[in-house]
Amino acid sequence: MTDPLPLSVENLHGWYGDSHVLHGLSLSVAEGETVALLGRNGVGKTTLLRSIVGLLPKRKGAISIWGTDVRAVPIHRIARLGVGYVPEERGIYTSLTVYENLVLPPVLSDFGMSTSDIFALFPNLEERRNSLGGRLSGGEQQMLAIARILHAGARLILLDEPTEGLAPVIVQKIGEVILLLKKKGVSILIAEQNLHFASRIADRFYLIDAGKVTRVIGRSEFGATRQLVESTLGV
Amino acid sequence: MTIKLILAVLVAVVALVAPFLLYPFLLMKMMCLALVAASFNLLFGFGGMLSFGHAAFIGSAAYLTSYAAKVLHLDPMLSILLGVATAALIGLAFGMVAIRRRGIQFAMITLALSQLVYFVLLQAPFTHGEDGLQDVPRGMLFGIVSLQNSINMYYFILGTAVLAMAAIYRLVNSPFGQILIAIRDNEAKATSLGYNIHRYKLGLLVFAAAIAGLGGALKALLFQIATLNDATYIASTEVVIVAVIGGLGTMSGPVLGASAIILLDWLFAEVEFPVMVVNGLVFMACVLMFRQGIAGGIDGIKSHWNVLAKRVANV
Amino acid sequence: MIDPSLQALVSQIFLGLVNGSIYALLSVGLTVIFGLLRIVNFVHGAQYMVGAFLSYILLIEFGIGFWWSLLLSPLIVSAVSAVIERVMISRLYNIDHVYGLLFTLGLTLVTEGVFRYCFGSAGRAYVVPPSLSGTVDLGFVVFPRYRLFVVLASIIICFATWLVIEKTRAGSYLRAANENPDLLRVFGVNVPLLLTATYGFGAALAAVAGTLAAPIYQVGPFMGGTILIVVFAIVVIGGMGSIKGTIVASYLLGVTEALTKIAFPQASSMAVFVIMAAVLVLRPEGLFGRNE
Repeated sequence: MTDPLPLSVENLHGWYGDSHVLHGLSLSVAEGETVALLGRNGVGKTTLLRSIVGLLPKRKGAISIWGTDVRAVPIHRIARLGVGYVPEERGIYTSLTVYENLVLPPVLSDFGMSTSDIFALFPNLEERRNSLGGRLSGGEQQMLAIARILHAGARLILLDEPTEGLAPVIVQKIGEVILLLKKKGVSILIAEQNLHFASRIADRFYLIDAGKVTRVIGRSEFGATRQLVESTLGV
Repeated sequence: MTIKLILAVLVAVVALVAPFLLYPFLLMKMMCLALVAASFNLLFGFGGMLSFGHAAFIGSAAYLTSYAAKVLHLDPMLSILLGVATAALIGLAFGMVAIRRRGIQFAMITLALSQLVYFVLLQAPFTHGEDGLQDVPRGMLFGIVSLQNSINMYYFILGTAVLAMAAIYRLVNSPFGQILIAIRDNEAKATSLGYNIHRYKLGLLVFAAAIAGLGGALKALLFQIATLNDATYIASTEVVIVAVIGGLGTMSGPVLGASAIILLDWLFAEVEFPVMVVNGLVFMACVLMFRQGIAGGIDGIKSHWNVLAKRVANV
Repeated sequence: MIDPSLQALVSQIFLGLVNGSIYALLSVGLTVIFGLLRIVNFVHGAQYMVGAFLSYILLIEFGIGFWWSLLLSPLIVSAVSAVIERVMISRLYNIDHVYGLLFTLGLTLVTEGVFRYCFGSAGRAYVVPPSLSGTVDLGFVVFPRYRLFVVLASIIICFATWLVIEKTRAGSYLRAANENPDLLRVFGVNVPLLLTATYGFGAALAAVAGTLAAPIYQVGPFMGGTILIVVFAIVVIGGMGSIKGTIVASYLLGVTEALTKIAFPQASSMAVFVIMAAVLVLRPEGLFGRNE
């Protein structure tokens, strides 16, 4: 009897209104594994992440988090299973200060980092702790979005295009944070278009096209199949 | 197509014969109420503008019409025109202040402005305050037909109401109406296409105010009295209730809603239990579950009927 | 010897503050509910009325005095309101928010109708609680003790509400839910419960206003209607969605209304609406509102 996977998605179909966006997606994330979703804009990566956390009302198929079928679970209970979500638009609350944003998500486990540890990791956030969220730069917002998930102590983290539009030095920082999380045994599902970034942190790669998984690649095969990957991404 | 024609003829016959079968006063009351509900429905169900200020249009028209008939001794037609014009002017004034505000804000503003009109009417000397204008003569239409006669009055109101509904129908199906639909569905797009959306909305508001004013004017002559009750916020909310219960966005809704409310009022007239509560409960049920109102209910029954008929035919 | 007309002026301004205090409590409740639930709580006036009536009933039927009413009345009103929100109002969130307004309108009719049926239309008197009767002499002017209490209570409650919302952790949940409730749910916050609690709180504020108002105005089934419209106008003037703005506007307009009574007595009841019209033309987003 194997332990339940942090994330298991089977034959997921999803609709935005009448538009059929996900066509039978299946994937999994093992304990401590970092899995990357690679694909162009609009193939369904964000939709997939949204449906996992419960934000896509019309869907069919099985989604289970550590063995719990989340389709019948109310949205606010899904987080309690240990899930942290960093949306593409970051979702920093403009009328809350940096500190308020940081401590907003309820703490899910003892695994959560203390605010002092977080400020040690992100010193520029500490500098801005009383600024309103709306006044932060894109990079600062991204770091805050990740920081608050660290504070909550999520053990399965969903990241939607965290490096999009950010300066290389910040991308570097985010990479460091993710590697730190990996060391702690956190399971990660990350949607990315930045191939270079994804290749440095992920253990497995799902190529997504038109709402379906077209190919699964392990880390070791990545170099050999790079051309295929690049053409899928349209690079 | 022929079914619709038969139905139309049937309705026309019933309308013409009705005053001899049912109480003409109730029927006339229903038509006045249907007119103001049609006005609200036009503004909200069609134009997307929620008005809580209809009492201002109804009340002002009622008072001006009564004043014209009683004090100025004008022909009822002229009195009514004066009332309608007043209501339209007030609609214009409301629009100048509120037209740029949308949705719920617009509703709250019309409510407050209507209260302002109420206070003006309360204090204006010609309205006689709490007493209202009483013993308003219905007069002789064009100097020939006495409207004091219930049957004459009934046909007069019927004719006027039909004309008004026809005008609404024409408007809804005209190019002006098409533009209003475009504005309702997507203001930004309509603006980018070059339409001055505020002018169109203002036009609709003034037209709707005039229709409501017509309802108020006819009501004043019908009851032969104009009181502050027509100008309170309660009057405004009654209009909303009738329109919603009848079915928003339909031509038949106002008539169905007005009939339902008049019927309920009549049923509960002798009973102690307040009809206000019943109306409120029916209204709440409509908002929660039957958002298409009575008209929608009828449509639902029709489609169920069609489905059943098809099944029977296929057996 | 103080000039008697100055004394009259100060008294009148104070009266305006008293009215403004009731307006403030009501407008804060409306604003909090609107900010989060995005519905205009039309039944707010009825909740105010029921709050006042409960005080009256508690006193007349059960001999329960003012201070207990101040606790029980809001408790009962908010509990009932919370249930109604849970069971009925919450079904309307996914469709046009106008239906929330319409539904609460229906609720108002039913509530006012039932109370009129049970108690008749006439207003009833609620006597000023003995502990707060009498006057306070400040030397140059004399204030009725109870009305002074009302002003102070209102200021404290409004300020406390503002403080909790803007400066506390609990308030941050409310502000976050105003901005992006879906993400907040994903974080693990039970947003539907937050909505219910907020609605109950707004209703409680209305009931507190009613309880405080009972000894000042007459208690009648329709006392909520006219005051609600004035409060709507105040909320528009202050700027919808701004708690600070609505509090300030409430006191300002209460005083303005009172001063108008001295200068143009017949226009005093219209003052608020005329000002609203002017604000709409000159500064449509309200005095403190943000441009949408």
